[in-house]
Amino acid sequence: MINNSYILRNASLLGAKKNDIHISQGVIKEIGSVVNSDSATIIDIAGQIVLPGLVDLHTHVREPGREDSETVLSASKAGAKGGFTALSAMANTSPVADTAGVVEQVFRLGQEAGYLNVFPIGAVTHALEGTALSEIGAMADSIARVRVFSDDGSCVSDPLVMRRALEYIKKFDGVIAQHAQEPRLTVGSQMNEGDISARLGLKGWPAIAEEAIIARDVLLVDHVKSRLHICHVTTAGGVEIIRWAKARGIQVSAEVTPHHLLLTDDLANSYDPIYKVNPPLRTEKDVMALREALADGTIDIVATDHAPHSSETKDCEWQEAAFGMIGLETALSIVYKTMVQTKLMDWAAVADRLSIAPAKIGHYDQHSQGLTVGAPAHITVLNPDNNWTVDRDLVLSKSRNTPYHGMELPGVVTHTFFNGVATLLDTKVVSEVMN
Amino acid sequence: MRHLLSIADLNRDEAISILDTAVELSRISDGQVKKLPTLRGRTIVNLFAEDSTRTRISFEAAAKRLSADVINFSAKGSSLSKGESLKDTAQTLQAMGADAVVIRHSASGAAQRLADLEWMSGSVINAGDGTHEHPSQALLDAFTIRKHLGKGARDLHGVRVAIVGDILHSRVARSNVLLLTLLGAQVVLVAPPTLLPVGVESWPVTISYNFDAVISEVDVVMMLRVQQERMSDLFFPSAREYSRYFGLNSERMARMPQHSIVMHPGPMNRGLEISAEVADSGRSVIVEQVSNGVNVRMAILYVLLAGGPLEMSVN
Repeated sequence: MINNSYILRNASLLGAKKNDIHISQGVIKEIGSVVNSDSATIIDIAGQIVLPGLVDLHTHVREPGREDSETVLSASKAGAKGGFTALSAMANTSPVADTAGVVEQVFRLGQEAGYLNVFPIGAVTHALEGTALSEIGAMADSIARVRVFSDDGSCVSDPLVMRRALEYIKKFDGVIAQHAQEPRLTVGSQMNEGDISARLGLKGWPAIAEEAIIARDVLLVDHVKSRLHICHVTTAGGVEIIRWAKARGIQVSAEVTPHHLLLTDDLANSYDPIYKVNPPLRTEKDVMALREALADGTIDIVATDHAPHSSETKDCEWQEAAFGMIGLETALSIVYKTMVQTKLMDWAAVADRLSIAPAKIGHYDQHSQGLTVGAPAHITVLNPDNNWTVDRDLVLSKSRNTPYHGMELPGVVTHTFFNGVATLLDTKVVSEVMN
Repeated sequence: MRHLLSIADLNRDEAISILDTAVELSRISDGQVKKLPTLRGRTIVNLFAEDSTRTRISFEAAAKRLSADVINFSAKGSSLSKGESLKDTAQTLQAMGADAVVIRHSASGAAQRLADLEWMSGSVINAGDGTHEHPSQALLDAFTIRKHLGKGARDLHGVRVAIVGDILHSRVARSNVLLLTLLGAQVVLVAPPTLLPVGVESWPVTISYNFDAVISEVDVVMMLRVQQERMSDLFFPSAREYSRYFGLNSERMARMPQHSIVMHPGPMNRGLEISAEVADSGRSVIVEQVSNGVNVRMAILYVLLAGGPLEMSVN
């Protein structure tokens, strides 16, 4: 089995207590003053923050179909670099993950890569077409044990299809992750609709198109008593609706991406499609509302919406370019910058929003216990005192479409452990995972 | 100034110097020998990735009057229609030694991308990008207005201009709003609410949904082309209804002040946004806009490629 044994000395758990952590046989064996053990590798991490291994609920790994822009392996390495121990592979691959065969393939590729768990997300509807349900039950019962279903990239806009999907997944306590975008209000949309789009002559993506779907779906999920997750919330109005729904006890959770916590629509002034993403970058007012909602728990989690694209799809005119930006390797630094350095959240809240809460939403049980003795040793170590400059030529993702190129960010992920095995040691991703 | 991408890149003095240069150059155009040797040996490429006749011909005439070599590169029959990227096209033009590229493109921001990405080293002149801007059109419009209503002033201070029609999709409107207000004019946009962009509130203009309430108060009425296909996109119920509320016909024109002028960037939909009687009337300066366009585009090429505005003292 696993012979890896580590003692992390002077670890600051969730940024608080100084302790040693003994990792052995894949689990957290001991937390406290740990005596030396002959077989253990000692790593002194004085001054560094220890978090439970990060869990991403929204990742585009592009395999199968677009292995030129990302693979399960390359996404796994990028994830390890960013401190992740679990990814959730979105269903919009080619072929679409709408059958047990595809989700089992993606799951197995994740296991073979070995850097982290890759949990496939199943499509809600056949071929993401929004009309007929996919093989939801077969995917749930497959070895991939799919619990999260999403047509991400497309909205499940037909209210009857959405209702049926929400009802059907109650059988195994699944969750529908909705990409909230009213399609008729966003035909040909290019960026946030507002002052900037008016000036630039780019077709607007109005906030209402997101809010209308969130409003409809919280009412639907309340009616059928199922579970709803809202992908990448971007608007202050969307936050208000979710806050209202939660106050009424409606079973809804929500995510925000790192880029929507930091970037705003005025970046489109450059017409550089590196800033083109769906849903689009919004205004400063929206960014502030999203930060506040993440801090107070109205938004439950941060999810990357890591969306790799080959360079030719970004090296062109804005309206020709693909939507999306990569985010696995920068996520924790962006959250540190926008939420911790601003004093909106402490490290315990970061652990919740980036690890424990997403694991609970997805029923990723072996990721939901946090830093407790006996739990699987999924651990992320961050040096909060070092800064780094993002270089798109040095990312581990196969694609270079990061909007942060040249930007200096705080916090360097130094070590990542997955099931007690180091996948990132001293900021270097291990070349092969030995387990 | 290296490129002309947006009116927003110009300050008041730069804009006026282009207009003044155009005045100087128009004296040459009116003379016996229409040609200047200024750009001899320089190569200007007209890269028209979207159909346009008048703007391309206008730039071509302007470049030739300045003795430049002109290469026309149009969408139809070129590699652009075969899926070649803008980047590859630009690098090809660079390799052929283009000193300037005049670009017309259906994507907003295409000209800025061409300039920013250093795909080529020459000047980039935006000849209309999607629904963003059409700076040379605004400059020729300002030139025309100043000529008729400027009363000898160098700017357009106090001139009242109504821009009427499909503001939402109009690059002509965007450039004109920026330039006319930069030069001190008061601009009112007249359109059905469906054809005004969300965010127009932040523009330095007033808005009206009522053409009749505005028409007797302005010195210039600038009509915009309305695309027939806008009807199917629910922007207005019918061409007849649009024409009734926002078209310029003889009856409406009769209520315009005596000195006022009618403009249109072309091509016109006679009978839709403008009636044939108005288009051909004495108030119409539409044909003159076209001839002014050549002089203004000569001025743009002159300022960008000959190293600055033409001084008044030049013979």
